[in-house]
Amino acid sequence: MAAIASDHGHGHGHDEALHHQFEDMEQQNDSYIVGMWTFLVTEVMFFGALFLIYTLYRSMYQMDFFLAHEALNVQMGMINTFVLLFSSFTVAMSVRYAQLQKKWGVLSMLAITQVCAGAFMVVKYFEYQEKFGHHLYPGPGFGSHPEYLHGATPNFAQLYFGLYFGMTGLHGLHVLIGMIVIGYLMAKWWRNSPMVTKDYIPTELVGLYWHFVDLVWIFLFPLMYLMPKP
Amino acid sequence: MSAIPADPNVTADSATPRTETNYLNADWSIKSWLLTGDHKRIGILYLVTVSFFFFLGSIAAGLIRYELTAPAGFILESETYNKVFSAHGIIMVFLFLIVAIPAILGNFLLPLMIGARDMAFPRLNLLSWYLFMIGGACIMGGMINGGVDSGWTFYVPYSSMYANSNVTMVLTGIFIAGFSSITTGINFIVTTHKMRAPGMTWFRLPLMVWALYATGVVIILGTPVVAVTLLCIIFERVFHLPIFSAELGGDPVLFQHLFWFYSHPAVYIMILPAFGVQSELIANFARKRVFGYHLIAFSTLAIAGLGFLVWGHHMFISSESMYQGVVFSLISFLVAIPSAIKVFNWTATLYKGNIRLQTPMIYALGFIGLFTIGGLTGLFLGCLGTDVHLTNTYFIVAHFHYVMVGGAVTAFLGGLHYWWPKMTGRLYPESIAKWNAVLVFIGFNLTFFPQFIVGFMGMPRRYHYYYFAPEFQPYHIMSTLGSTVLALSFIIPGLYLTRSLTKGAKASANPWGAHGLEWETSSPPPTSNFLQIPVVLDEVYDFDPVTEHEQDKAAQALEVPSYLSNEAKSIESEKEKR
Amino acid sequence: MFSNFPATPPQASSFSREHDLIFYALLALTVIFTVMVGIGVIYFVIKYKRGSDADRSRPIYEDARLETAWSVIPLILALIMFYFGTKLFITMRVPPADAQEIFVIGKQWMWHVQHSNGVRENNTLHVPAGKPFKLTMISQDVIHAFYIPAFRAQMHVVPGRYTTMWFTPTQPGKYHLFCSMYCGTQHSEMGGTVVVMEPREWANWIENGGQSQATLTLEQSGERLYKQLACNNCHGAEDNMRAPSLYGIWGKKRTLTGGRSVIADQSYLRESILRPHNKITNGYSNTMPVYDGQINEEDVLKLMAYIKVIGSSVGGPSSSGTDTAAAVLNGTKGTMSPFAANAIQYQNSSMRRVDSTPTTRSGELAVNAIAAQQEAKGN
Repeated sequence: MAAIASDHGHGHGHDEALHHQFEDMEQQNDSYIVGMWTFLVTEVMFFGALFLIYTLYRSMYQMDFFLAHEALNVQMGMINTFVLLFSSFTVAMSVRYAQLQKKWGVLSMLAITQVCAGAFMVVKYFEYQEKFGHHLYPGPGFGSHPEYLHGATPNFAQLYFGLYFGMTGLHGLHVLIGMIVIGYLMAKWWRNSPMVTKDYIPTELVGLYWHFVDLVWIFLFPLMYLMPKP
Repeated sequence: MSAIPADPNVTADSATPRTETNYLNADWSIKSWLLTGDHKRIGILYLVTVSFFFFLGSIAAGLIRYELTAPAGFILESETYNKVFSAHGIIMVFLFLIVAIPAILGNFLLPLMIGARDMAFPRLNLLSWYLFMIGGACIMGGMINGGVDSGWTFYVPYSSMYANSNVTMVLTGIFIAGFSSITTGINFIVTTHKMRAPGMTWFRLPLMVWALYATGVVIILGTPVVAVTLLCIIFERVFHLPIFSAELGGDPVLFQHLFWFYSHPAVYIMILPAFGVQSELIANFARKRVFGYHLIAFSTLAIAGLGFLVWGHHMFISSESMYQGVVFSLISFLVAIPSAIKVFNWTATLYKGNIRLQTPMIYALGFIGLFTIGGLTGLFLGCLGTDVHLTNTYFIVAHFHYVMVGGAVTAFLGGLHYWWPKMTGRLYPESIAKWNAVLVFIGFNLTFFPQFIVGFMGMPRRYHYYYFAPEFQPYHIMSTLGSTVLALSFIIPGLYLTRSLTKGAKASANPWGAHGLEWETSSPPPTSNFLQIPVVLDEVYDFDPVTEHEQDKAAQALEVPSYLSNEAKSIESEKEKR
Repeated sequence: MFSNFPATPPQASSFSREHDLIFYALLALTVIFTVMVGIGVIYFVIKYKRGSDADRSRPIYEDARLETAWSVIPLILALIMFYFGTKLFITMRVPPADAQEIFVIGKQWMWHVQHSNGVRENNTLHVPAGKPFKLTMISQDVIHAFYIPAFRAQMHVVPGRYTTMWFTPTQPGKYHLFCSMYCGTQHSEMGGTVVVMEPREWANWIENGGQSQATLTLEQSGERLYKQLACNNCHGAEDNMRAPSLYGIWGKKRTLTGGRSVIADQSYLRESILRPHNKITNGYSNTMPVYDGQINEEDVLKLMAYIKVIGSSVGGPSSSGTDTAAAVLNGTKGTMSPFAANAIQYQNSSMRRVDSTPTTRSGELAVNAIAAQQEAKGN
């Protein structure tokens, strides 16, 4: 990277946060924003494929999916929904504080977000643990305790739980990645890194990602937990 | 020419770098290569690794061809044969075609062509190469450790429940390589949107940039879908997650829908950049603005868009509904039109040009012929009635090789020769390269044309034996003979291009007298591409065939060889600038 | 073209001609466009090659009319081809009401075919010319594809759902049957022959349970062999100078030269056929040739069965009611191609269950059928 650094800045601003390939902060920020949204498009396509698979199978096996979904704990799902919704609010607030360049405001809001994310994962852990205890994970041993299937055909219930673990699992992975990214952002704020303090855009980008993770859950929750009787 | 320094305070002569420092010799350490953020160096890294994978894939192709000369084979077991053709498909599709033009030429050229110092996200760009390497290593590891015998299409339930080979590891590799693609796509889109030099409006963009932009769009919309689909197979193999297995209530045909939703547009990831290269070559060597620039630009976007609506034409006989088939067939016929437009426009560009038959141009002219055949035979397969007979046969094999090898590989070779002086600062030997381009054309047709006939006769693809149908043998022998010629014609450029790195004559900044920002910086360019960000004032492909012809005539009268006059001209234009 | 160097597949079904017409129309389009573009390129390259004295003044860079022309003309041609292709496709996908149904099961790596009257065959398909047939197909494991190039007919065979295809064969002959969807190690050998027969010939074939002639019982084959080996020249209906009659010999006590006696049971008969000199009936000399090494054990069994029958009911073999199922099974074995030899024998009971539910598209039903089938196989 030395070669790049040495070429840095030919006649344009000497902003520490400005990378060598950009002319000015505006171009850099614009690029970040377009890049983030493009990335979110790929994420939408990523989850979109899974939602498509879910939609198809649910329409094929409506009754079995309904019966299988009764094994889920709606209260826990509801708690998680509100936790995530609240964390979206705190992230939005942290972006606001970043615009106002209030370091401690940003840090406290991000800290609350981290706590929410952690709480989400803990609830998730207990939910998964219960399902594993009831042998509701796909595989040869699936449904060895038929009382937890609520009368659903084992094969189709397995399909439902396959999708449940696949989709919520990938969502959980995104939450974890979000926690790492927010942690990194907090460290940057803590050290007054010009990368984040000079401009609110990096904070907003992390916020965008977090809102996306939240949004996926907003779709997952009703699809998985709140099914009407067909 | 077209660029003037943006900042009047900087002295004008800094626009032409006087020092010998360029991106290649700026730092010789291995670390500086492996940690580079420079799009040009990343392009070169891709060139080295992708060439290696192409070599491996070609060996597999050669094995397939020799095995098929005899109706009952003579080297391989059926199981090994299946692993070899799977390896050929997987390497060529995921490790060569999808990355060849976008990641090598695209990475190298995009910032140069739009007048930027680098991609918008250099570190992401480097990450993309590392992801590609990790993915490639996983794929190779899987192939060495157990092999994979499911074909590059990974149809379930064979790949998920029945294959005993190392499908999981190879799929993991493809999954990782997919993210390499995505990061490249994001970089292309953001760079094109936000990094253009002042004055570089959308309709002044070279068609190569349009093509790379459209490729980026296809990559970011398609790749995540196939990533998740392949992930489902991995989960099915590892965690018994039943998504596509019929025995557990899943739908194996759903896999095909999701797979082709990516893999059909993936064809455009391979061929759209080839179109871009083709437009550059035709314009430069006909010394004329591309005919119907706007229509070509729009047809590029039309192909990228319509390309997402035709995946079902891979599945006419796969039990999708008849009505689905009709709709997909109609859209497939429609998507043929933008490709036809391009072919006609390239041909029309030649009209009243000042055509130079140098190596890249011979590749470009060969491309027109091969792509025309490849595209038109696609109609046989998009046409419902004939697809029923032809699909899954060698006809389809011949068709996509005409598009992929005849189109994408030919364009890649043409582009590589065209930009070789810019990439390496050296000239390749012109006469041997020229004859080799003709050899590629001959060898290619000899290899793949017989496969159309044997396909029409009903030889299914992926067949190891055909002792029960000896009438297919003459065509296989022809094809194998052709593949020998083709192999030779791929080895020769490898040798002379490598040799030119040290022995080739030094290239000037603009050895072709071409038009475009990448030719306005030195060869090879400095690390930051341009010492000053250029300001674009003139239109794209601003050639003047009439004046050039008159200059040629004048030069002839003075008995100066024409290529020298061209060099002289570019030197003169540089002087003018000062 | 040449008989030993064909370039086209035979036309053997009602689709073949229409398919080939569309194919050749598309081929003509391909040739015309390729030649047009090719000539254009070569002409321009020669005319406007660098240094040539062609007129380069007033070049055109965009021309709306020209570009519209070469967008719209290919579009119209494409739509015409789309129309004909789709018309043929719809014909191919909608079987006529009077089509006779045949069931096909694909599995790694063989085809099971069951005709509607119960006749079954492996890796072959016998159909008469001039009669429409509808194939209802399902796979037991991975996806296969049933492909008969001469019929221009191909369809995937998918696990968990039924797919159908239909055709009317037109030309008697033998044609290739391929699995065209990659299905694993022996994919290329998962195929066989489609035999198109004259209708009368086929009627006999299907009536005889999949044999061109009526199946012979063991006794019938024995009788035939008895005559073939000319046993009846000596062993006639009555004892004669050369040899004793074998009529009614089964289970009787025989006196041998030297005074010993034996019961004419299986082992005695076998020994007397293969090594007659060991035990010669009293009053006869050793004239019978040795058959040891001349005929195999199967033939001995056949002869023995015949001898047993002429023993119990004098006057010739009875045409006793043959076990149809056994005959069919024999028939299948008789026509089994070399590919089938490697493959696993298929269970009788499990096949009927699948065939009895010929639903065209119902995931659940088909899945249950497969599950039931596997259960049956397990037992």
